[in-house]
Amino acid sequence: MYDIAIIGAGITGGMLARTLAAYDLKICILEKENDVAMGATRANSGIVHAGYDAEEGSLKAKLNVRGSEMMETVARELGVPYRNNGSMVIGFNEDDRKVVEQLYRRGIKNGVKNLRILTGEEARRLEPNLSEDVVCALYAPSCAIICPYELAIAAVGNAMDNGAELLLNFEVQGIEKKEEYYEIVSGTREPECPRKVQARYVVNAAGVYSDEIAKLAGDHTIQVHPRRGEYLLLDKTCGALVSHTIFRTPSPKGKGILITPTVDGNLLLGPTSVDREDKEDTATTAEGIARIMEQAGENVRNIPFQKVITSFSGLRAAGNTGDFIITSHRPGFINAAGIESPGLTAAPAIAEYITDMLKDQGLKMEARADYQPIRKPVYAFREASVEEKNEMIRKDKAYGRVVCRCETVTEGEILAAIHTNPPARDLDGIKRRTRAQMGRCQGGFCMPHIAELLARELGIPCETVTKSGPGSEISMGRTKESRES
Amino acid sequence: MTDLVIIGGGPAGMSAAVAAYDEGVRDILILERDEGLGGILQQCIHNGFGLHRFGEELTGPEYAWRYEQQVRERKIPIKSRTMVLSVTPDRVITATNEEEGIFSIEAKAVILAMGCRERAKGSLNIAGKRPAGIYSAGTAQKLVNQKGYLPGKNVVILGSGDIGLIMARRMTLEGAKVKAVCELMPYSGGLARNIEQCLNDFGIPLKLSHTVVEIHGKDRIEGVTIAKVDERRRPIEETKEYITCDTLLLSVGLIPENELSLQAGIALDPVTGGPIVDQNRQTSQEGIFACGNVLHVHDLVDFVSEEAEIAGHSAAAFVRGKLGADRDISLVTDGKIRYTVPRRITQGKDVTVYFRVADRYRNVKITVRRDGEAVYSVKKPRTAPGEMESIRIKEALLEGAGELKLELEGERD
Repeated sequence: MYDIAIIGAGITGGMLARTLAAYDLKICILEKENDVAMGATRANSGIVHAGYDAEEGSLKAKLNVRGSEMMETVARELGVPYRNNGSMVIGFNEDDRKVVEQLYRRGIKNGVKNLRILTGEEARRLEPNLSEDVVCALYAPSCAIICPYELAIAAVGNAMDNGAELLLNFEVQGIEKKEEYYEIVSGTREPECPRKVQARYVVNAAGVYSDEIAKLAGDHTIQVHPRRGEYLLLDKTCGALVSHTIFRTPSPKGKGILITPTVDGNLLLGPTSVDREDKEDTATTAEGIARIMEQAGENVRNIPFQKVITSFSGLRAAGNTGDFIITSHRPGFINAAGIESPGLTAAPAIAEYITDMLKDQGLKMEARADYQPIRKPVYAFREASVEEKNEMIRKDKAYGRVVCRCETVTEGEILAAIHTNPPARDLDGIKRRTRAQMGRCQGGFCMPHIAELLARELGIPCETVTKSGPGSEISMGRTKESRES
Repeated sequence: MTDLVIIGGGPAGMSAAVAAYDEGVRDILILERDEGLGGILQQCIHNGFGLHRFGEELTGPEYAWRYEQQVRERKIPIKSRTMVLSVTPDRVITATNEEEGIFSIEAKAVILAMGCRERAKGSLNIAGKRPAGIYSAGTAQKLVNQKGYLPGKNVVILGSGDIGLIMARRMTLEGAKVKAVCELMPYSGGLARNIEQCLNDFGIPLKLSHTVVEIHGKDRIEGVTIAKVDERRRPIEETKEYITCDTLLLSVGLIPENELSLQAGIALDPVTGGPIVDQNRQTSQEGIFACGNVLHVHDLVDFVSEEAEIAGHSAAAFVRGKLGADRDISLVTDGKIRYTVPRRITQGKDVTVYFRVADRYRNVKITVRRDGEAVYSVKKPRTAPGEMESIRIKEALLEGAGELKLELEGERD
């Protein structure tokens, strides 16, 4: 019997698990995929928003500003790179200027610090590649960038280090209210059999599926739908084209195409914003890619589009209320739904907020004496000095073997990703944790080697190694010669 | 201080090492990231290598072994499983391996021989999800030939580069069905003999002026939508066609791997993606030379070996302080000739200029203009972008020249 089951191992569920792990509770995280951070957390802009977007008094506004204040500390404790690069919302005409001024006033009311309105010239002085046509900009120095899946992986890992359990390939198919607890049943996704979990409290952090999960628990109040956002990622040689995150003045559907450096030094363009029906439709489209190029090119000059290394798309869980939907209509069952932008920023604050709700609902929380909020640095190698690296290579030769040449990732780091909470179990899991296969060649050279390392460490045949879980095996059998030998 | 450090132990690095040794340089070190020498040749188990060099058809590993023997006979030192992390303009090389950790070497001369990489799917902006079953042709070649795994059973290949053509045959021999090879251009970028022996002999359709516009499937690829493209290479809506497949191989171009060259401040040619070199294969940084696919992508390994010998000889002369320069002639081209190697000539000796053309032409005349004046020409029945061409320019033509321009006349084929 668990005290609490969290459905969904994205940034919301992961951050909540970490926050709750500080207390003497038995926690499990149920995730339908083969890894954590596989939904909206996997593919979004990675922005720690300052907090001027959401309407005053909304949950979004409150949790955004609070989350933004918490984020630097959270990132430091979890060992996740965080860069306070500042943002600009740029305007091209008088209508845009009115929006910029409105955002400024809203930001002040929301409690955002150090906001300023810049002229076009002032903006270009800070950001020389901005379009010549920019006439004004809202400058928010507190905006920052972070890698969303790295943060979620670290949060889940830290929760697990403090005793939380992660159940992967656990697609929730049934939730039954018993006298004292909920019984949650999984589907039969290969290779796992149906499993049952009993928990006194349940938090629904299932992203685009949060409506369906709520329904399973008899709560029909949740309405969410997937909103697709496509992105283009450019080579690291382009990461310095802008230093701030550049937004266009927003429309009702979102903040338009942004241009931002990433913490890893790439340049990211996107997202588009298209409402979809299909909750798995993470396809990119020719129109979407064309639109990103066109709009990004209007805002910033000299974008080298021939340096695109990949395109991808993510589905945000858009709610129907315009605000985060954090509610409880069944005792002991809490929804964290409609966590669209600024959900990443707000995640630590949402975790606090839900923790308080659980307390109010009678969950006993006693602080654990042995709680460790600092995550053991897993991938310290890439940040280390030459002397430190040599010390690590002396102790473990695997750190002297470079596997991924484009991102200079060593075998030691890949093994660490397989053996550190939450353990990587597939090629994409290695990629998100170490950046191996994420560079210019996109795994062309190192993928076979990484597959062999995964097979060896997991004790499985190499041909059954997957890209991202069951059904995505890298090979469809052996060659004639190797079958015979 | 080491006399000569060679980065890369593939065909270019080995040939350069042997050539420098035979010119009297003894203090040579080859740095190789893989387990052993040979580079990509080790996964090229088909034959057709060595016709120019050895007058016989060898497999890739056999060709590599010929050179490896020469390296071993000369006892040229090799550090394998060693990854070079950086090269500075003053030729300090930093590398790492499991025995020594991160270490630095100062070199009198450096030869860059890092080869090239395949263009990846991400840069193509193909619509759709990102399921398993999409590989570059070279990755599939490694899986099949070196690891013994079959990537899939129903295959579509995008791009008709040589590795893609070779893999069409290889997958067929392994029992897979190769349903189509789609080529965006109206002609193949591969060798004519590969189209004949790898596609036509097996009845595999080559769809010219076609591309993949969408990838279907979530966990594993289930199919692709292909379409014909117009003259501006835009897909034509009404020609869209769905092909069921479990594997998509990409053979859409090779890119010289010059991240180290950029760190060393070496000027690159935007057309080749490789360093700008003179006839000695010396880059814009004195004492740093380049050869093989890191310089420009070759069609035949025989030419890689030949070019690497030039780099090896030049590096040896540089080490001895005898690499002179008495001229500074720049080589330029019209648009029909895409590029030349070398781009500069610094000595008054006969020089062979290698080049590639931009399109297929017949009844071709190549003219050399010295400061505007036509001074020499050769005729060729046909030229194609997939095949490297060369022209030998005599010493006498270099006298007093400031610029040599190569021009092509011919009919579009």
